[in-house]
Amino acid sequence: MSQNIRTYPGLRPLSILFFLWLYLPIGVVVFYSFNDNRLVSVWTGFSTKWYAAALENEALMGALEISLTVALISTLCATLIALLAAIVLTRATDMKFRRVSETVVNLPLLLPEIVLAVAVLILFSQIGLTNGLLKLVLAHTAFCTPFAFLPIRARLQGMSLDFEEAARDLYAAPFTAFRLVTLPMILPGVFAGAMTAFVMSMDDFITSNLLNSGGATTLPVYIFSLIRQGTTPELNAISTLLIAASLLLATLVLILNARAMRRS
Amino acid sequence: MSRTFRFWGLVPAWALMLLTLIVPILIVAGVSVAERGAYGGFDWGFDITSYRQILFTEGWTDELEFDPKYLAIIARTLIFAGAATAICVLLALPVAYYIAQQSARLKIVLLYLVTLPFWVSMIVRVYAWLIILGNDGLLERVYRLFGGADISGFLFTPGAMITGMVYSYIPLMILPVYASVEKIDPALIEASHDLYGGRWTALRRVILPLAAPGLTAGSILVFVPSLGTVLEPMLLGGGKQLMMGTLIQTQFGGARNWPFGAAIAMVLLTLVVIVLLLNARRATRQAEVAL
Amino acid sequence: MSRPSAIEVVNVSKRFGDYTALDHVDFKIFQNEFFTLLGPSGCGKTTLLRMIAGFETPSAGTLLLNGKEIAQMPAHKRRVNTVFQNYALFPHMTLSQNIAFGLKNLGWDKTRITERVGRMLEMVHMEQFAARKPDQLSGGQRQRIALARALAAEPEVLLLDEPLSALDLKLRQAMRDELRTLQRETGITFVFVTHDQEEALDMSDRIAVMGNGRVQQIGSPKEIYEDPGNRFVADFIGDTNFLDGEVIAVEGAQATIRTALGTDITTSHQGLSGPGPATMSIRPEKIGVNEQAEGALFDATVRSRNYMGGFTHYTVQVGEVTLRLSRRNAQSHQDSLEIGSTVRIGFREPNARVLGQ
Repeated sequence: MSQNIRTYPGLRPLSILFFLWLYLPIGVVVFYSFNDNRLVSVWTGFSTKWYAAALENEALMGALEISLTVALISTLCATLIALLAAIVLTRATDMKFRRVSETVVNLPLLLPEIVLAVAVLILFSQIGLTNGLLKLVLAHTAFCTPFAFLPIRARLQGMSLDFEEAARDLYAAPFTAFRLVTLPMILPGVFAGAMTAFVMSMDDFITSNLLNSGGATTLPVYIFSLIRQGTTPELNAISTLLIAASLLLATLVLILNARAMRRS
Repeated sequence: MSRTFRFWGLVPAWALMLLTLIVPILIVAGVSVAERGAYGGFDWGFDITSYRQILFTEGWTDELEFDPKYLAIIARTLIFAGAATAICVLLALPVAYYIAQQSARLKIVLLYLVTLPFWVSMIVRVYAWLIILGNDGLLERVYRLFGGADISGFLFTPGAMITGMVYSYIPLMILPVYASVEKIDPALIEASHDLYGGRWTALRRVILPLAAPGLTAGSILVFVPSLGTVLEPMLLGGGKQLMMGTLIQTQFGGARNWPFGAAIAMVLLTLVVIVLLLNARRATRQAEVAL
Repeated sequence: MSRPSAIEVVNVSKRFGDYTALDHVDFKIFQNEFFTLLGPSGCGKTTLLRMIAGFETPSAGTLLLNGKEIAQMPAHKRRVNTVFQNYALFPHMTLSQNIAFGLKNLGWDKTRITERVGRMLEMVHMEQFAARKPDQLSGGQRQRIALARALAAEPEVLLLDEPLSALDLKLRQAMRDELRTLQRETGITFVFVTHDQEEALDMSDRIAVMGNGRVQQIGSPKEIYEDPGNRFVADFIGDTNFLDGEVIAVEGAQATIRTALGTDITTSHQGLSGPGPATMSIRPEKIGVNEQAEGALFDATVRSRNYMGGFTHYTVQVGEVTLRLSRRNAQSHQDSLEIGSTVRIGFREPNARVLGQ
């Protein structure tokens, strides 16, 4: 019997084990979040009481509010900044400083976050900025910008210049051409970029933790303080809610990307 | 595109990055050579004490004694990040290759499954391992179930930290490796067999060289954030196994030695920049060869 | 006589860095004509078209559209529309919205737009597809919508950038006739870019043959084929035999050339001022064999034969000279010439051309 020469023995079981390992931690958290027992790893029965406790936790809701506020404002700013930069960097190819500008926009992705966090911390203390929310928004906008930039740029690069020329040919002034042709065509990329930026802001721990002052404790920082106090079923419930939200957003982004790819 | 728009379109991005990134990093460089303030913080000046502190401690009589304490942390950071990267390579290559062989539909599903955990909050992912590895956690129970000794202590070990790092960054390895493995023309493997090579030859002489660009890209993507990682050493290492990220973090928290923290941050930044420059040089050299 | 010109290209040059795409190009396109820019890829024809559309600006020289200078006018202000090579139909708009796009930008009122879009869809026989999106159409249908969209605003000039190249062979032939009819019916000046000489000869009123950034010759399809202005045109359009030689006498429009054939040939010339080195061109189908041989006669040996169905191509040798000739297979089971056999060939001297170097 001839075998497929492209396969190797053990590939399949190894891959299956890998995927099990990948989802094991998520599964464990979700599973134990329904545990009735106070002790995390002693299963005594099914209960949703920890979800009720989580939703009644005012500190948690406060942190969620801070996180959402910061994420929404940062996402909006980062997406606008990224969109403008992406248009210039993909459409003005003969421009001076194009390479260096692209590197600068992507800089937060290249450098370790802890260094950037320390840098803004020192900056804010030097210029005497004390508003916790404003500090977070500024720092988050910076590191979210490349996450918004990359999908938008990919979309703009994937779009044939013919469409914009056709719009101009059909009497559309530059801004009209952008509004009626370019923007609708790159919209999936803009959404994907915005949502990635949003998730990155919501998830951020390192920067938010270091800047944690002025009453601006974000959700991950609050969760970290809970973990420090020990693992609890309530923590599992909170984590499960976060997992559900992340997976929902991730799926949305992937669908948008897939649709965008099919179109082009 | 009008010249005005070209200019003003890039102004926000440049302003943002200058204000929140480039200028602040220059300030960090300045702080790293400042003097430690009496009540935390720092006083501007030029003083290499912080850098000297990485290698030496000052004895009672002001003499300098070599102290490998911080050098060990730097070495540990490099070793752990390297180990996490190596494990990611070993895992990603077979998994990416396996995915690349599936039907178009299954490929999309599997790639989706690879990226999905990456969207889950970092803190939640690390916390999940805390539950699994912790005292009386899942791993210990399974271990006992199969007749293992009543042991504890998976947590707060290098193994725990590296597991957490691999788990955090593995999608960043699989995606680029998949991208290059997927492009391999099956005819090339057939040709290798046709020319009397066995499976091993095909792997070594065809698949590995063609997967190399993805492996390099993935290694950079995993190694760089691993160097600066904070959560794994704090939660899974229990603060006993300090890495550079945690060392920096503590200097700006309780310990409050800003100039020293800034100096360590500069060392970390230098390491990362060296890795990126080496990679950029290799990339340009390859581009030259291709031309 | 001077026909009014739709477009005047006045001494236009275009450089991209060190590369010269257009080199002092200067000609006129008349109103209501089907004008073709023909040339191999890289000859500058697309650059010229994009310049008329407004996507490029000349490095030197200028362009006039119905007498008005447009070289610096932005694309969206020119009453010129383009059918793009890949049609560039907006994928997020229906066909109606695609056709209405230009009219909206021109500020037409709604009822007028609706009425016009309906008329355009009717013109290209696509009425029932109005609400579809471009990705639900076949190549030929997309082509029609691209035409309807470009013609909707009744531009002063319609530019077509190799619009048939994306279609399959059968459809391409049908679209040629359709385009030609559309041009006659609308009376709009068409400027058509192609590298396909058959397309150009078939459809055009006049053709500009372009090569190396210059206009090599402008003329009717027949002029271009029968009286090529230089070696480039003779070589690019159709098939021909070139024989290098020495012009020994020039008398008005006639020149006498001495080539390796041995017999001096006297015929019309292009671009000669006096005696000197020149090239003679004689097209394969103009050389007769045996009973069809007339004019200047030669003994030749058959070297190779290629049966092509309607024609058979031969190469024959006359002394040191190798010539290609083609015979129409007018009768079925017509006798073919045997390889190695000796035949008598000939051509009438006026069918040859003498071209300057």
